Amino acid sequence: MSSQKTVIELRDIAKHYMMGSEGFYALNQIDLDIHLNDYIAIVGSSGSGKSTLMNLLGCLDYPSDGEYRLKGTNVATLDENSLADIRNREIGFIFQNFNLLPRASALQNVMQPLVYRGMPLAERKKRALDALTMVGLKDRVGHVPNQLSGGQRQRVAIARALVTKPAILLADEPTGNLDSSTTIEIMALFDQLHRDGQTLIIVTHEQEIADRCRRVITLRDGRLIDDFMNPLSEEQEGANG
Amino acid sequence: MANLSFKIIEGTRSAGQSIFAHGFRSFLTTLGIIIGVASVIAVVSVVQGFSASISQQFDGMGTNVINIEPYTPRKARLQGVTAKISYDDFLEIKHQVKGISNVTPTVRVFGPNAVAAYRGQSTSTMVIGTASTYQKLYTVYPDFGRFFNLSDDKSRRRVAVLGPSIINKLDIKGDPIGQHLSVSGEWFKVIGIAEKRGKLFGFDQDDFILLPYSTTRALLGGAEEPNISISLQVDDMNNISQVKQHIKNLLRRNHKLAKDAADDFKIATADQMLDTFNQIIGSTTVVLGGIVGISLLVGGIGIMNIMLVSVTERTREIGIQKALGATRFDILLQFLIEAVFLCLLGGLIGLLLGFGAGSLISVATDLPPAAVPMWAVLLSFGFSAGIGLLFGIIPAAKAANLDPIDALRYE
Ligand SMILES: Nc1ncnc2c1ncn2[C@@H]1O[C@H](COP(=O)(O)OP(=O)(O)OP(=O)(O)O)[C@@H](O)[C@H]1O
Ligand SMILES: [Mg+2]
Repeated sequence: MSSQKTVIELRDIAKHYMMGSEGFYALNQIDLDIHLNDYIAIVGSSGSGKSTLMNLLGCLDYPSDGEYRLKGTNVATLDENSLADIRNREIGFIFQNFNLLPRASALQNVMQPLVYRGMPLAERKKRALDALTMVGLKDRVGHVPNQLSGGQRQRVAIARALVTKPAILLADEPTGNLDSSTTIEIMALFDQLHRDGQTLIIVTHEQEIADRCRRVITLRDGRLIDDFMNPLSEEQEGANG
Repeated sequence: MANLSFKIIEGTRSAGQSIFAHGFRSFLTTLGIIIGVASVIAVVSVVQGFSASISQQFDGMGTNVINIEPYTPRKARLQGVTAKISYDDFLEIKHQVKGISNVTPTVRVFGPNAVAAYRGQSTSTMVIGTASTYQKLYTVYPDFGRFFNLSDDKSRRRVAVLGPSIINKLDIKGDPIGQHLSVSGEWFKVIGIAEKRGKLFGFDQDDFILLPYSTTRALLGGAEEPNISISLQVDDMNNISQVKQHIKNLLRRNHKLAKDAADDFKIATADQMLDTFNQIIGSTTVVLGGIVGISLLVGGIGIMNIMLVSVTERTREIGIQKALGATRFDILLQFLIEAVFLCLLGGLIGLLLGFGAGSLISVATDLPPAAVPMWAVLLSFGFSAGIGLLFGIIPAAKAANLDPIDALRYE
């Protein structure tokens, strides 16, 4: 029963790269609307442009053409500082390789995004601990990344993405480096987030993961070739039942 | 502003973390600064200690003291003439110039290596003939016994006041007062021991024998009248230039100098000597400071070099920080603070090392104790911070301007 309020609108988005003298499109003619509490899987073969799309959505990269509106704002009109602010407040990004700050403890990693919005230490700590508790890592807060397992690292990364209460959670192959049982745990976490109202977009190669999402978008050679509501999704069943 | 101070606190926190995470490398990075600051402080502390002690000695002498010494102008020297101040000059000044007191003649007797002997021990020392007023003029108080007085001088008594080093050099046992020693073959009775003044530049200030002036005159007998110098005290500091002028006129007349001839004497005040001395110290400090400044500059380039390497090394981290919402300014500040922090740390270590080295040098060379003035401390810290800012800005700007996606993709 999610509302149809639109969070993201992509209009005729293209990403063009010059390779030597020849150019090619990593993304081309992408039109896409993403709504509040959407639970989306992006699938497609390797090199189809999934990561490129995620980086655009996360304001880490910019399109060569087209219009990207985030909560109604045309992102192309924003300056560096406003983009930084969007990355900080609106977007939680989860990477395949975790991308934790190597010398910082789990707690410090999760507190870091809050530093950039000028939050005092005590409040930062409280929020970060809450987020780490939610991902089940309350007893690992003092560990630095290389003292954590892959699954634990990804949980820290998830806590870090969630601690800012972002409008959208972007995850680029979040379980790509994890074994299947850890993958199931992480997916259960995502399901829970979705039930709590979070908007999620997950890039994946794994069919089981795509099957759990309500909406599956398929890319091929930089084009959006399929976008359908998943009738098999557990979430869908839960909503019907 | 509150936001900036928050950012600075956070930046300092993370700078501290990354500096101590690479402890040894940070130390090597800042070594240039450490050496630079250490050498500034070592040099400054020695020079300042030295100058403080000199000033103290001048203070003891009093700023109202005037010294008159013979001075042979270049032209006269070429003609084989040597300037001279005579006892007559002394008497004229003493009786004709108003507003002065303790007019004291001093004369170096028995040559530069006069020999003093006592029970088979002998040593060469400086022997000075002077009047009883010497004591008041230079505030030399005997530790033991007494200084010679007017009647000693008048009746040409063979009495001597010794610098405390003579006791050791001649191995005088027991109470030296009342014992006899020979100076250049003449016997003198010891009546006083001056108080200890210590060493300066390895020069023993306590190695002298003072004799009454008239006694030395009598000993020299019919030999050529000795060349003396005259010291005196001006009663009222405001009259000092008149007094100098008066003395000058008097001496020129006495010496029958032609109108266009240069003075064959020099009149110097303690103030003037102190000024000259301070000028020398000042320019020494500036020259040394310049040399050291260059070494700090080299240290700064070292910092910049390592900071650039560090930015490259941490490119991915910077990408992550940007993905989490760090602005360019956040990253710029972070690296700038790291550079400044590193330099200040180097400055602090350098300060301690430099003071240690300065103290060691002054102990080893008998210089007065090293002293680090506050301005040198502030200057080194200011300079270190400045170097950090100056040489940190390029690496910091490089880090801040990284594109988030390029930084994240960096292998
Ligand atoms: N910086 C770049 N310069 C040139 N080409 C690039 C650049 N980044 C990506 N590409 C190209 O764009 C295409 C899409 O890359 P992208 O990383 O989006 O693929 P993907 O769908 O995420 O693949 P995978 O599933 O293997 O991660 C690829 O052909 C890639 O070579
Ligand atoms: Mg990819």
